[in-house]
Amino acid sequence: MAQTVEVAPAADEPAPAPPRTQWRFRRRLTSAPYLLIAPAFILLAVVLLWPIVQMVWYSFTTYTVRHLAPTGPTPEWNNFEHYIRLLSDPQFWGILRNTVVVTVVMVGATMIVGTLVGILLHKLPNWLSTTVAVGMMLAWATPAMSASLVFRWLFLPERGLVNVVLARLPDWLVGSGWENYNWFLEPLPLFTILITVIVWQSFPFVSVSVLAGLKSIPAELYEAARVDGSSGWRAFWNITLPMLRPLFSLILVLQIIWDLRVFTQLYVLANSFQNKDVYLLSYYIYQQGFNASPPNYGMGSAIAVVMTLMILAVTAYYVRIMIRQGETR
Amino acid sequence: MTAPTTPPPATYRTPRAPRLAKRASRVGLYLAAVAVFVFSVFPVYWMIATALKPLGEIFAQTPTLFPTNPTLEHFDRVINDELIPGVPFWRFLANSLIVTLGAVAMGAVLSLLAAIAVARFKFRMRTAFILLLLVIQMVPMEAVIISIFINFKNIQDGTGVQLLGTLTGPLIVYTAVSLPITTMMLRGFVSAVPKELEEAAAIDGASQWTIFWRVLMPLVAPGLVAASIFAFITAWNEFIVALTFLGRSTEAYTLPLTLSYYFGRYGTEWGAIMGASTLLTVPVMIFFLFVQRRMVSGLTMGAVKG
Repeated sequence: MAQTVEVAPAADEPAPAPPRTQWRFRRRLTSAPYLLIAPAFILLAVVLLWPIVQMVWYSFTTYTVRHLAPTGPTPEWNNFEHYIRLLSDPQFWGILRNTVVVTVVMVGATMIVGTLVGILLHKLPNWLSTTVAVGMMLAWATPAMSASLVFRWLFLPERGLVNVVLARLPDWLVGSGWENYNWFLEPLPLFTILITVIVWQSFPFVSVSVLAGLKSIPAELYEAARVDGSSGWRAFWNITLPMLRPLFSLILVLQIIWDLRVFTQLYVLANSFQNKDVYLLSYYIYQQGFNASPPNYGMGSAIAVVMTLMILAVTAYYVRIMIRQGETR
Repeated sequence: MTAPTTPPPATYRTPRAPRLAKRASRVGLYLAAVAVFVFSVFPVYWMIATALKPLGEIFAQTPTLFPTNPTLEHFDRVINDELIPGVPFWRFLANSLIVTLGAVAMGAVLSLLAAIAVARFKFRMRTAFILLLLVIQMVPMEAVIISIFINFKNIQDGTGVQLLGTLTGPLIVYTAVSLPITTMMLRGFVSAVPKELEEAAAIDGASQWTIFWRVLMPLVAPGLVAASIFAFITAWNEFIVALTFLGRSTEAYTLPLTLSYYFGRYGTEWGAIMGASTLLTVPVMIFFLFVQRRMVSGLTMGAVKG
């Protein structure tokens, strides 16, 4: 499904293919494509594109819930005050740092686990590979809300399965004091669970993609390598990895973008807005916009701009990959 | 792998590893497979098992792996007890279905039209439109949610159309959110239909309309199913938009929001919470098993050939 069938001569091709029937189409129906994309374009522009512009604008203004009322005052330009406040706020820097660290760990763990499992699936006999894959699909398909609640229940301080098991295990192995240990108060244990949930939900996508990639590598390449007497490792480094590189960069980008935005899982695991130490950027945006008193849309938008810039940087790389693969042709 | 000193064998066969090592590595593989399977399935299993256990067993000193006295009491409580006062459970199910199926239907039409335009026509804004789709696909809802909320509030105040506190707002947003990916998925399907087929039909005197329904649609239908299921899962699971838009209008709650409410209000009733989670999870799982292959190829488009 990568390439479109139509004749789109690449720039460096000497002789452009002679125009075929589609030219006739085009003459007759020049407005047709525009009419076809119009509904989708209008919806996207109104619902998702324009709000990005607004977000940037709001972040420079004193927009709070007071200004939202029909009779309220209009928000005013406030000379970058939100940004100045953010940049001089150690709490914001802490949240930003946590977001980056948590995202890096999530993405790293997901990629490593996912790739290893993908290779495992490739090596297993077919029936077993399918069974394991179907099991993984269950984790992938579980809605974020259900998954978060299950992990909250698994890690419940009292009578949660994890604490019960940890308390039963010998102390020299896991330490003591697990009974009634609360995982949800401090950043480190809470983020550990958050990362576990995310990895649990997202490694199947990586594995299945890697499996599809591995299956697409022609077996002749490995045979040739074997004939030349290279070992399994060298074949892996010199054939498998280069062949899968485009796939890896794409998955990596998608994972980073998805993991930067994590909200639902944190909403359930943190279960309140009391403890600012466990905030991540998306959570901070929501808290400023809808939970702070009064809700501060300007400040929320300023944080949202920071997050969007991070995601845009990654998206630029993603778009470059897609252009290289000919998706825009 | 372990014997670098032996020269490559004269025949082109795989060098025969010692039997024992081979068997050991196979056992290792199988153990790893079991571990992955358990890690993937266990939380889901634990959710369903908890939902089926009577209260005493859920909080027993020694947890039981299998429900010894399976009971449906938690499902009964979730479905019949009006856990959110004044709104029966079926209402939330209906809300989720309405908003999800509505978004799927609208999204299917819009993305199919756009996909045909992108796959079948060359026009000036074509590349720009594809780039727009790629970028919008990545726009974090968590960042723009404030602006969208303000817009919808203003539109609501200006025109009287109830966008917040009803299903209309989420319906519109959910339709838009899946559009980029479903359009890109469908575009692949449309362009895979040989143009010669359409030309042959045109030569036989078929109208554009007939060509669309009789030639294009049957061939694109599988793609439409895949894209629809993708949109279904996205809308069915969505949380932050519902949370923001529906607020205290409990009669418009979707299932994920209902679950969040249960957790906030009945935080200790894990049987009921797991029962409701099960009800949220099962439909999407059934769909998912049908479509996962398409989702992979849809998301990693050109990177995997095939």
